[in-house]
Amino acid sequence: MSTKRGRRKMLVILVLFGVAVATVLGLSAFEENLLYFYSPTQVKAGEAPKTRAFRVGGLVVKGSVVRASDTLNVQFVLTDNTESMPVSYSGILPDLFREGQGIVAMGTMNVAGQFVASEVLAKHDENYMPPEVAAALKATEDKAKQVGSANTNTL
Amino acid sequence: MFRAIWAWIQKFSSPKYFFEMSARLIPWFAIPAALVGAYGLYLGLFVAPTDYQQGESYRIIFIHVPAAWMSLFIYVVMAVSAAIGLIWQIRLADMIAAASAPIGASFTFLALVTGSLWGKPMWGTYWVWDARLTSELILLFLYFGYMALQSAIEDQRTADKASGLLAIVGVVNIPIIHYSVEWWNTLHQGATVAKLDKPSIDISMLIPLLLMALAFKLFYAAVVLVRARNEVLLRDRSRRWVRELIEKL
Repeated sequence: MSTKRGRRKMLVILVLFGVAVATVLGLSAFEENLLYFYSPTQVKAGEAPKTRAFRVGGLVVKGSVVRASDTLNVQFVLTDNTESMPVSYSGILPDLFREGQGIVAMGTMNVAGQFVASEVLAKHDENYMPPEVAAALKATEDKAKQVGSANTNTL
Repeated sequence: MFRAIWAWIQKFSSPKYFFEMSARLIPWFAIPAALVGAYGLYLGLFVAPTDYQQGESYRIIFIHVPAAWMSLFIYVVMAVSAAIGLIWQIRLADMIAAASAPIGASFTFLALVTGSLWGKPMWGTYWVWDARLTSELILLFLYFGYMALQSAIEDQRTADKASGLLAIVGVVNIPIIHYSVEWWNTLHQGATVAKLDKPSIDISMLIPLLLMALAFKLFYAAVVLVRARNEVLLRDRSRRWVRELIEKL
């Protein structure tokens, strides 16, 4: 009885181990394809597909958003704080789209090196806080920045 | 010593004993679940402040996040029970696993639907095939697969073996779901609470979230007991103690 039980225990452990190893191997083989989006740095390095559509993710550069007054066309610059790339899009943007916000755009590169997006999704971050807390955080951040720039000015 | 423990386990895991015990246990889970859930919802929907970015829409996390946690938690309970049933052949463990599957599937479905409803206004889409959403969908299919195997195989012992193995194999998906947001670039954001760092959520929002998570856990405990009692009666329907129970009615 107990040897039978032992054999069943071994079977369960072996099955789990085998499946886990297979999954790890499988996932690492598909690593590239499981990437939901590329960063502008990867695009600049030529890692993104050139002929078919792909997704690019990054932050919308502050002050870069230009909206056309008569159409839904919008242009902005996307950055990962290392490299940046211009993006153009025509359509309705999600609620969370704003300058400084993380977004993911689906589309292709055109000849001029501009990313033409067919879909723009906002990427939400994991922080939840009331507006007052956010404002207070931003105030201290700005203060720290001012102090920082004042220091560099005197240097 | 070992024999004494084994005898003790066998006594407590006998379906008859469980059936008598669980009747008394259920209210101890069901009533706190309702109270904590009501208070958590009240705090979450009326007291917690609006979010600095998402406004009121973020309040769906008070359902979405606990439901998603439960979908993983119940799967682990189910797989561990199935393994205990498979290795030690404790019938009650198989019954708990079978009773858990539809509850887990419901929570998974709830997490997917609430996430989708939130995704449309926030992300701009109901669904994307990123690693987090896809692995959670696979979890739903694993639950379905378990339930399908349970009902497709006539012989109960074979059904428990086959579906139990599927449940155990499917466990590899659990860490994938949890770490998907770290391992790959996903549209879904990273972990807010379930990480080693300090939670990146304001305390006024964290408290209702944790209350809801507790309420969901208590709810599961109550419902799994009810369902397992059903399972016990169904599987032991031709045994003497069930017949005697019915005759008494």
